[in-house]
Amino acid sequence: MITLFGDFSFFLLLALLLIPAFVLGYLEKPRRYYILFASIVFDALAIGGDARHIFFFVLYMVWEIVLLRLYVSVRQKRGREGHIYAVFLILCILPLALSKISGFLPIGLFQILGISYLTFKAAQIIIETYDGLIKELSVLDTLNFLLFFPCISSGPIDRSRRYEEDLKGAIPRAEYLELAGDGLFKLMLGLLYKVVLASLCYKGVQLFEESLGFSALVGYAYAYGLYMFFDFAGYSLMAVGASQFFGIRTPANFDKPFLSKDIKDFWDRWHISLSHWFRDFLFSRFVMQSMRHKWFGDRLKTACAGFIVDMFVMGIWHGITPYYILYGLYHGVLLALTEVWQKKSKFYKKHKKDKWYRVLSWALTMQLVMFGFLLFSGKLFM
Amino acid sequence: MKEKILDLLAEICEDDVVKEDLTIDLFEEELLDSLAVAQLLMEAEDRLGVVVPLTGIEREDISTPEKIIALIEQKASEA
Repeated sequence: MITLFGDFSFFLLLALLLIPAFVLGYLEKPRRYYILFASIVFDALAIGGDARHIFFFVLYMVWEIVLLRLYVSVRQKRGREGHIYAVFLILCILPLALSKISGFLPIGLFQILGISYLTFKAAQIIIETYDGLIKELSVLDTLNFLLFFPCISSGPIDRSRRYEEDLKGAIPRAEYLELAGDGLFKLMLGLLYKVVLASLCYKGVQLFEESLGFSALVGYAYAYGLYMFFDFAGYSLMAVGASQFFGIRTPANFDKPFLSKDIKDFWDRWHISLSHWFRDFLFSRFVMQSMRHKWFGDRLKTACAGFIVDMFVMGIWHGITPYYILYGLYHGVLLALTEVWQKKSKFYKKHKKDKWYRVLSWALTMQLVMFGFLLFSGKLFM
Repeated sequence: MKEKILDLLAEICEDDVVKEDLTIDLFEEELLDSLAVAQLLMEAEDRLGVVVPLTGIEREDISTPEKIIALIEQKASEA
């Protein structure tokens, strides 16, 4: 059994399996079958020999592929019908919901590798099929997209149409070499982030963990926040780097989050593939429905409700645990307050471009973000 | 169709300038944000009967009134 981007045997095997990928890329040969092969090897090794895990993983894949295939053909025949769409979407998310509530059940259901992330990918295909953007579905390419090992366990969350373009598209040699070279750099940088810097920050987390008092709590929040960043950004960089060797331009997950000028900006820089998924497939659609049925009066109120619902669901997705849900609600309320401030305040409109305002706004944002990490860590609930 | 789209856009942006200057950059001038875009697509579907999928477009595709007209007219002709 191996841990993806986590242990020595993984990197050894990665090095071995990247060589044929590089040769194929260099020779400008089709890469799709090799990618599927490499993904199956890695996913199988990551799952290991646990019969229960294997059973649920295979069941999950069959379930999703059958649903997707069926919905694409139903949508072609019956058109844009809301009720059918809702049923398929619910069935698509059902295994994830079962896995999330498994903690409250006597038996574990769908406790499988990457289910949280896999469900985003499958649901995106259902939603875009309903929207008419996806009209046909190849089982092999969809499996390729879902099983793609660099991103299977923790993202970044790619989109199927984008992925398939990379999968099928020919890349000229010069461009491939640049892509793979940049991939190698990202693998190294990610390794530095995750192995060296995250471990260093974790020492800080342990140091503050044992102390009491306000300043220790502040220290803990900062150390934990930095640890989270280097650990997850490092992981994401390695996933993007490995993807590039296969000619897949997996989207970036982080963009200097500690330079965010406000909370809205933060969510364009932190776990981007997740927050943008929520923006495109939950927030925007919720906002459209509430404007259509006039649930909240004006646009500003609608936006505020949208942010809170959006982040609440994101909290639940992290896990049905009080502090994850609170973390979500906290960010939802912060986004709503930011929206009101930026839309209503004359002071904001007058000073938003002033240097002192931008520095102050950044400094405040950092404190709010760090407090959010403290909530997320669960330390306040122990 | 063009007039209906412009009326709709003016209503959402709360500014008639979008009817006068068809090449104005709606995002730069802060006439549109992601929320207003959602409203625009929703109204296009309900009032004009044209479905424009949100994840099928880029910000660049709807950055001016001219581009929005072209996009909606193209989607209407496809349907």
